[in-house]
Amino acid sequence: MLTGALIAGVIFGLYFTLVGLGLNLVFGVMRIVNLAHGDVLMLGGIAAWALFSGFGLHPVVTALLVLVVFLLAGLPLYYAVVPRLLRSRDAEMLSLILFFGVSQMIEAVTTISIGATERSLPPRLMGVGPIILLGTRLPKAWFFSAAVSALAVLAVYLYLYRTRLGTLTRAVMVSRDEALATGIDVNLVSAIAFGISLALAGIAGVFAPFIMGSITPNMGVALNITAFAVIVVGTLGNPVGTILGGIIYGVSVMLMQTYLSSWANLLPNLLLIAVLLVRPEGILGRKVRRA
Amino acid sequence: MLNSRTRRAVLDAAIVAVVVAGMGIARGVYSNELMLFNFVMFLTLSQGLNIIYGFTGYLPFGYVGFFGAGAYGFALAVMHLHLPALAAMGCAALAALILAVVLLPLLRLSGAYFAIASMAAAQALYEVIANPDLEDVTKGPYGVSLSNVFAPALSYYVALAILAVTLLLVVWLRNSRFGMSLQAIRDDSVSAAMAGIGVVHGRTVAWVLSALIAGLVGGVFAWHISVFYPDTAFDLSVSIFSTVFLLFGGATTLLGPLLGVFILYGVYNVIGIAVPQYFQFTYGALIVLLVLFLPNGLVSLLTSRGIRVP
Repeated sequence: MLTGALIAGVIFGLYFTLVGLGLNLVFGVMRIVNLAHGDVLMLGGIAAWALFSGFGLHPVVTALLVLVVFLLAGLPLYYAVVPRLLRSRDAEMLSLILFFGVSQMIEAVTTISIGATERSLPPRLMGVGPIILLGTRLPKAWFFSAAVSALAVLAVYLYLYRTRLGTLTRAVMVSRDEALATGIDVNLVSAIAFGISLALAGIAGVFAPFIMGSITPNMGVALNITAFAVIVVGTLGNPVGTILGGIIYGVSVMLMQTYLSSWANLLPNLLLIAVLLVRPEGILGRKVRRA
Repeated sequence: MLNSRTRRAVLDAAIVAVVVAGMGIARGVYSNELMLFNFVMFLTLSQGLNIIYGFTGYLPFGYVGFFGAGAYGFALAVMHLHLPALAAMGCAALAALILAVVLLPLLRLSGAYFAIASMAAAQALYEVIANPDLEDVTKGPYGVSLSNVFAPALSYYVALAILAVTLLLVVWLRNSRFGMSLQAIRDDSVSAAMAGIGVVHGRTVAWVLSALIAGLVGGVFAWHISVFYPDTAFDLSVSIFSTVFLLFGGATTLLGPLLGVFILYGVYNVIGIAVPQYFQFTYGALIVLLVLFLPNGLVSLLTSRGIRVP
């Protein structure tokens, strides 16, 4: 039972790495918290459901579409909101409030247009039957989602460390002002990072119906807490550190579900509070205490 | 002639008197008592939030946690200790107080971290109370019924009394040395500490006061409503509404949150009830526009021109 929980946890955790990855990228580059991240993810899930039930499109195709559409949508959204926000007195705090507003708008529009009912996709789309690993039976969809997550993490890593734009992005992460002084088009670099972040959330959303069973328009808020827990447990502002956070989160959720199932929902909240309180500087890698 | 300081205090007290008396009279002339009660509730909650956010700069997204703690403190005292309602209100305050003390370490976090951590704390408390394993104690997700203490008139006036005390507390903070020192801490905690202000002490007092108010409102809500579920007592929209009212009107003032509640909650009651999503959308859009164009609220239209707002 223990090995089963551990294996399921790692697979589950890889998926949650993808959930947190975009949020962390935005935080790293812009020092703002996109509290609408969970709702963007939900939109990805809605897209997968709508395109499958309307046109029979396979979720993998939807994922590619979502990648392109969300990436492009991120650019104008960035220019509309973020530069103005970053000029304000306390951008980090205000970003939280502002994107909370965005999250409410997304939730409202989705509920108005498709209703509040749960939507799901048939799991057989990802292959029939379980995969058996060391005696643990896991649905194929889980492996598929974990593989996509691993690919996405790899792609983000290659982007950040192997491309010119990625080098510029890391320069902005280290110091926005110095990057600006060096002549880097900070806004363009940030806008692309913002677009990538939305695309990552969208792709995570496409696979959400398989991992979470179903999607609803109001799932965003809870997902935000989870995503935040994942990136805080990993390293805030360091996208690659998200893998660590995701896997710690996944394994602990699976252990909780195995041994104390009714209390499993408590976990992301407690994990988040505990890490913030016990090792904010150490794990986060930046000062968050004021008093 | 009165000096300007006394004049301010008199004006502030007059506003408090008008609001409290107005809400008291309204109950006699308007029949929708639940709506009026909700007004009193949000007037109090947004001022309670004002004490912690307006005066210290900490914005607890999980403010509803204290509200829920108060509601369940009241409910558990009535169900298990069979206390009379007024004594159970004491338990509501106690529950919020305990939660505030437990969460004191959160004040070591700043900005967004504090906001998110407090939201996680409220969510964690909800998960505990709504847990089916605790059905014997809290009735789990199935909700509580307190019909034997149901007293709509008395509970309304108790809520009104809590509102009055809260408003007077804000008046005091705005006009006292302690309130000024809190604002100094908010603006620059290092300089404030250098000037001899007890930073940790100040924040702790504001946090506990603010939690106590939400706990009392939660208790009186439980009393007035008498049947509710964990989903209602820990509904995140309690936090959201209070925050939006506060930001819309303008924090750190007495008038700002009052305006916020009367205008926005008034509009909500006219158009929002039928299709809440339209209102949710409007709220979201309003938050976005406020942050971008009017981060200090409605009253900043006046204060930025040098006019003092109570």
